[in-house]
Amino acid sequence: MTTLPEMRTTFARPAGGSGRWGSILLTAVMTPLALLWLAPLALMLLFATLPDSSIFSPTLPAPGTHFFANVAALAGSANFLRALGNSVMIGLIYTVLSVLLTSMAGYAFARFEFVGKNVLFSLLVATLTVPYAVVVIPQYILIARELGLSNTWVALIVPPLFNSLGVLFMRQSFGGLPQELLDAARVDGAGEWRIFFTIAMPLVRPAIAALSIILFLASWNSYLWPLLVGTTPGARTAPVALGSLIGLNVVPWGALMAGATLMTLPMVVVFVFLQRYFVAGITAGAVK
Amino acid sequence: MAATISPSVTTSRPARAGRGKPIDRQWSVPYRFLLPYLVVFAIFWLWPLIDSFLLSFQNTRVNPWTVDVAVNWRRLWVDQAFHAALRNTLIVLVLQVPIMLALATAIALALDSPKLAARPLFRFAFFAPIVVSDVAYSVVFRLLFNGQYGAVNQALTAIGLPALDWLHDPTWMMATIIIAVTWRWTGYNAIIILAGLQTIPKDLYEAAAIDGAGAWRRFRHITLPLLKPVIVFALVLSVIGTMQLFTEPWLITDAQSSGVSIEMLGTYLFKQGFRNLNFGYASAIAYTIAAMAAAMAAFNLLLARRSPT
Repeated sequence: MTTLPEMRTTFARPAGGSGRWGSILLTAVMTPLALLWLAPLALMLLFATLPDSSIFSPTLPAPGTHFFANVAALAGSANFLRALGNSVMIGLIYTVLSVLLTSMAGYAFARFEFVGKNVLFSLLVATLTVPYAVVVIPQYILIARELGLSNTWVALIVPPLFNSLGVLFMRQSFGGLPQELLDAARVDGAGEWRIFFTIAMPLVRPAIAALSIILFLASWNSYLWPLLVGTTPGARTAPVALGSLIGLNVVPWGALMAGATLMTLPMVVVFVFLQRYFVAGITAGAVK
Repeated sequence: MAATISPSVTTSRPARAGRGKPIDRQWSVPYRFLLPYLVVFAIFWLWPLIDSFLLSFQNTRVNPWTVDVAVNWRRLWVDQAFHAALRNTLIVLVLQVPIMLALATAIALALDSPKLAARPLFRFAFFAPIVVSDVAYSVVFRLLFNGQYGAVNQALTAIGLPALDWLHDPTWMMATIIIAVTWRWTGYNAIIILAGLQTIPKDLYEAAAIDGAGAWRRFRHITLPLLKPVIVFALVLSVIGTMQLFTEPWLITDAQSSGVSIEMLGTYLFKQGFRNLNFGYASAIAYTIAAMAAAMAAFNLLLARRSPT
């Protein structure tokens, strides 16, 4: 069965030096660093509640009540709520499709022997070391120029489905299932698709959860590709809409910070509750 | 997490009549599972990879495009703007990646230590940036590093230091990019390194402690050598990421306009490819990035295998 690598938080280790003072010293050193790390997000939240005139004040202002006014300004100037809606829908569709495709492929790699398996698998691993810059130009020529699909959801959702990390991750997860379970179902006369969907997939639910989170986050945060193929106000995603405000002559900082908050805060909340799924997704390739 | 077995496995049904060999699998089954993914993979990864290589040998500034083996590569060789972008990228790379990985290792060690109080809070502080989008943190950093009123300069002047022109002076622009990228990715790398730390058998430390090895020697001779594969993995990923930085220079400094900006390979490729629509030249730039990333990855792997620790 698949289990997620839990982040252990304690183990017995021989205490080096004096325990109590070491503990106080370590915590005292780490605290300013942690505060420094939290500062950008804290200031983002603070500025999101302020009118533009108070953001550039010489002293640190107190939190204001302008958050909804900032969101309203953002909705007006960048059609931001529409963009947020696009991002949510595109992220969800992308995640479902990508989980399905990469699970099927990972399952094939984990549970079957077939001609060309090693070559295909090496190609997949190689994709990890190939910069995205190399494939983005022909992708753009194909989607935008040859197929004329700019500003469609197909253009925003389909090309990023090529990601190989999901295949590697699901291969590892399906590889851990006991063969007898699948064979038993075959003896019972279940078809291969039925085995996959009703037995294999439910058994790797934790891995699917981890992968879904990582894929949704990648889609939600994606900037370069949507910037290229989603240019009209109706097709823009949240990052593209937000980034477009930077180019204005008078940058609406309060609105920008409110937009950054709307993009960030839901993800931070999800992260707090589902931390181990994020961790499992990130460490998938690193630790065997 | 508890796994449930669907009931169809446990309740055995009567075998279907007329089926000779139930376990006989058709040869095409794995291909059918692979097919949808492979189609996407071939169209949106494999073909683009080949196509951009071919494009780099075409003159895309004439209509129709013509094959001209040298035009883009010769230009790459003499193009001052490209050289500046390359230089800036390498400077950021050489400074940012080691700083970030050293910090990430230190943070991972601290988070792994039972001596650290309130660990969930510290983990949140360092790991939260991994969910923040490039665009969101770039606009936040642009505001924080604003030369006149930004929070960073306010903090510097408050403790008696001079305010710096973070977003316009070439040196400080570079520093801003380095700080921003380090803020966003240190926690990500710390997670990878922390996972590596937790695979190290603890009895190794006990044995070393009994032998009288101090904390530094235990780190130097047990932790570091055993962590090396994980750190090399993080290094390779970081190098590839930093080589094609785009969002941060694009949105934090004024790389969008032709004004004062820090041009990097990612932004220069974007301008050549998608502003000037010179796909051939942009492909040559892309393959330069890929070649350097591959060379550095190979070099790091070689180094990791060689050194005797």
